[in-house]
Amino acid sequence: MTYDVAVIGGGMVGTAIAYGCAARGARTALVDQGDLSLRAARANAGLIYSQGKGEGMPAYAAWTRHSISLWPTFAEAMASVSGRDIGFRQRGVLAFCLGEEELETRRALLHRMHNQIGGPASPVHLVDRRELEAMLPDVRLGERVAGATYSPEDCDVNALPLLRALYTGFLAAGGVHLPERTVGRITTDGGGFAIVSDRDTVHADKVVVACGLGIPTLAPMVGLHAPVHPVRGQMIVTERLAPMLPIPGSGVRQIREGVVQIGTTMEEGESVPATSVADLARMASRAAAVIPALSAARIVRGWAGIRPMTPDGFPIYQQSPSHPGAYVAVCHSGVTLCAAHAGPLAEAILAGRLPDNVADLHPDRFDVHTA
Amino acid sequence: MFTRPDNGSLTLTFEGRTIAAREGDSVAAALLANGIQVTRQTPVSGASRGPFCMMGACFECLAVVDGRASVQTCMTAVRDGMRVERQNGARGLGTGA
Repeated sequence: MTYDVAVIGGGMVGTAIAYGCAARGARTALVDQGDLSLRAARANAGLIYSQGKGEGMPAYAAWTRHSISLWPTFAEAMASVSGRDIGFRQRGVLAFCLGEEELETRRALLHRMHNQIGGPASPVHLVDRRELEAMLPDVRLGERVAGATYSPEDCDVNALPLLRALYTGFLAAGGVHLPERTVGRITTDGGGFAIVSDRDTVHADKVVVACGLGIPTLAPMVGLHAPVHPVRGQMIVTERLAPMLPIPGSGVRQIREGVVQIGTTMEEGESVPATSVADLARMASRAAAVIPALSAARIVRGWAGIRPMTPDGFPIYQQSPSHPGAYVAVCHSGVTLCAAHAGPLAEAILAGRLPDNVADLHPDRFDVHTA
Repeated sequence: MFTRPDNGSLTLTFEGRTIAAREGDSVAAALLANGIQVTRQTPVSGASRGPFCMMGACFECLAVVDGRASVQTCMTAVRDGMRVERQNGARGLGTGA
């Protein structure tokens, strides 16, 4: 059979798009490697986060805020389709600042972004130490905490239950999951595409290349261009602790079940998901500098995952000029943008035209034009 | 569930009740040998939990031991006079536990 859409890559980005297509009635195949493939979701802190994102790229700031505005409804759909809690909360997110210098750096960033032409007015604001103490009555803050920036619209979610909910929703909508396949080739096939894997060939009218670090190999086969490199993220989780941190922070978040999640690192170019004691210790020290009581918490696990990154850190969306119907989608913020990927992006792919508000996220921006 | 002919000469208390243990028992083993299967209520659903893997991996057997919360009883050797209590909910960091 020929599918309407084949999505290559069953991670957070690909599965969101595949779910969005299937939920809109398209016959959709999700071609994926399997549980051993690198999954950015495994190194995700679970923040649905707008703070400081999109400096120099107002379209990214707006796309992020748009996704966040869609998230509450999307989260309800995910919880209902999967029949399980995905840990979604909209309580805002804090970015803690240690020392006046960090606070000043954040203040300057917010100021530059506030003045950025074309960007949406951001509700992110600075809170001083006293305000922070009032927001976190059960926490004794470390001496060096000067304050924080607070984005009231931001949310958090548990990334792995979310990914599972996307799969469940995709299958419930009639999507066909084709795991344990490594795609080696994409070719044109009449008016559509043939996706050739080590197991079989899948035929589809449209193809979405959303396989993260696999994109640079596959995308050029259908005239797409998306430079991506790996970034390693290390994470720590503690034992379950009594609730103390009601608002998630960047780098330290207590999930409702009580676990405190610390991290992640951002290590450019590292493609092996291994931890290092030095990095784990640095992250743990910073978390303990924010909340000294964490020094007494037991660490249950430390691990690493690999996430895709573009040269400027902003997402890439493109429809192929030479092979219309072939799309690429990649970003570093698969959780934050999940609602936009499952919603307006999937809808646009089915309609055959990417949304105007992601036009600036086209990979043409990486072309160097010589005079 | 388990019985053994010689339950040992050490004593510890579980929820105030005195129970016997052998030298070399883990706390979890001593509790199971005395028919005690529930050491805590999970902070997530409130459901009862008790020793399961007996080798430090599953974290199901947590209890309050001598006032210290979230102790893995399967990884803790019994000592004479030890006080063990069920743990309800997660450990707090502020209480010195």
